[in-house]
Amino acid sequence: MSERIEGAARAGVHPVVAMVARRLAIGFVTLFMVSLIIFFGVELLPGDFAAAVLGKSGTPETVAALRGRLGLDLPAHIRYLHWLGGMLQGDLGTSLSGDIRIADVLGGRLFNTFFLAAYAAVIAVPLAVSLGIVAALYRNSVLDRAINISTLGAISFPEFFVAYVLVLVFAIQLGWFPSFSQVSLDTPLGERLYVCLLPAVTLTMVTTAHMMRMTRAAIINVLSTPYIEMARLKGIAPWRVIVQHALPNALAPIINVIAVNIAYLIVGVVLVEVVFVYPGLGQLLVDSVSKRDLPVVQVASMIFAATYILLNLLADVLSIVSNPRLLHPR
Amino acid sequence: MTRALRRIAQIPPTALIGMAVVFTYAFVALFAHWIAPFGESQVVSSQYDPWGGAFLLGTDNIGRDMFSRLIYGARNTIGIALLITALSFTVGGLLGMFAAVRGGWVDTALSWLVDILMAIPQLIYALLLLTIFGTSVPVLVAVVALLDSTRVFRLARSVAMNVVVLDFVEAARLRGEGLWWIVRREVLPNVLPPLIAEFGVRFCFVFLFISALSFLGIGIQPPLADWGSMVRDNATLITFGDITPVLPGLAIAILTVAVNFIVDWVLAKASGARA
Repeated sequence: MSERIEGAARAGVHPVVAMVARRLAIGFVTLFMVSLIIFFGVELLPGDFAAAVLGKSGTPETVAALRGRLGLDLPAHIRYLHWLGGMLQGDLGTSLSGDIRIADVLGGRLFNTFFLAAYAAVIAVPLAVSLGIVAALYRNSVLDRAINISTLGAISFPEFFVAYVLVLVFAIQLGWFPSFSQVSLDTPLGERLYVCLLPAVTLTMVTTAHMMRMTRAAIINVLSTPYIEMARLKGIAPWRVIVQHALPNALAPIINVIAVNIAYLIVGVVLVEVVFVYPGLGQLLVDSVSKRDLPVVQVASMIFAATYILLNLLADVLSIVSNPRLLHPR
Repeated sequence: MTRALRRIAQIPPTALIGMAVVFTYAFVALFAHWIAPFGESQVVSSQYDPWGGAFLLGTDNIGRDMFSRLIYGARNTIGIALLITALSFTVGGLLGMFAAVRGGWVDTALSWLVDILMAIPQLIYALLLLTIFGTSVPVLVAVVALLDSTRVFRLARSVAMNVVVLDFVEAARLRGEGLWWIVRREVLPNVLPPLIAEFGVRFCFVFLFISALSFLGIGIQPPLADWGSMVRDNATLITFGDITPVLPGLAIAILTVAVNFIVDWVLAKASGARA
């Protein structure tokens, strides 16, 4: 890798640009491969998907009709090109039963899911980063121990358990919030924020601990380097050592952790949506899996996969770009 | 005898609690048949009976004894999670060591495949594959084991990479030993300790993952008692302020915390021994 970057430097391209370009290329190849898996996964099924879905109730005529509707009678590569081309033009096909255009149901749900994930991220990210910095400053304090315990909780408790406990306490016992998050497209923002608070807090609880721990580790890692020691010996105030000297070098790992956790939010949202009966993409996906509605599952998986890959890509690019050592090569 | 006692006294209390919990769960799971007062899918009363009387924790949405199902749930949920973890370690571990020893294009191809499988969340692949193959326990086991083996592959490969460059592996190669012999006799004993600690971590992950799938209604299917689907089936009760539906969730949480306690201790011991 380093040879190639040196080569790029000789060719007059800034090494950061070369690294970013390389990373982008890998990301898009991955996205393409994943789209192939999502599309051709159905070919793994021994026999025929249409016959498998209809089961014993399927007559040769109905099976043939379903095959025709799913396009299974066309060669796979032509189907794939149709599918990908349609997706890029916003035509997402129809559901298994053929009576619902996927694009019609998807828009609102997609917005709801991203709204919930963004809501949770806006609470979780500042909270996690600031608590992580405080924990790094006061190592082995009560806060530090509290972080350890909450991390253990976050990796051990199922999301639906956390969600139901919150419902039990805040929605049923105290009656502060609704236990279901019913929203429609014309729900005003204030009410939307209120109704979605419990799901957002659930998502915050399952992601904050990890982000906090990684932030703490990144800061502590930087704090043990000689240049921080030097800054301290000069007599700079502790908060300035952290904010001006340590943070720029710890930024890259922190950005990475944040992006990985936001990507995780996109997935965690699936479970939380089901608990709170929230009309999002996750719930649509789960419903379609139990109905074996392959076209909808393919589209929804593709959206989740693309979001996840693109967020990770963004994180990689940001952490390359924010790394002072790469920006000012010797 | 006293040495054994002193050994136990050296184990941190959290790890001891963890072991006690794991043994209790194992006992309940193994002897579910004798402990449970009622059968697994036996309808014994009307739906949603309150706690107390003949039914310690009341009855569920179709009148089955909640307490008995909780006990049978230990057997089904933990059993299936263990089976999946064992399968994923066999496949992932062997392929990882194989890739490290064989090297070359085999290694490149396998690593590349694993990268693609790890590029998006396991849940998405799992949902896709469960749509294609339908929801049943054998499909669930195969799909989750395949997805989880990618993590084991990465670990086994990276640990084995450090072993295959050592002299004794080189000596075995020069002696003309076969690939399988090298993997089994030279590499495996050296990669086992980190893999054992990882087993606990992966078990927790698989356990939570299949519980989540069951909670979504696409994991372990009825009438098998399972903790994830029990939460889902009885969720209505929560609206009446009843805590019964979260009890299976609590059972999951306690076991994962306990396993994590043990894993932390094993990891601390391993790193202490190396230092």
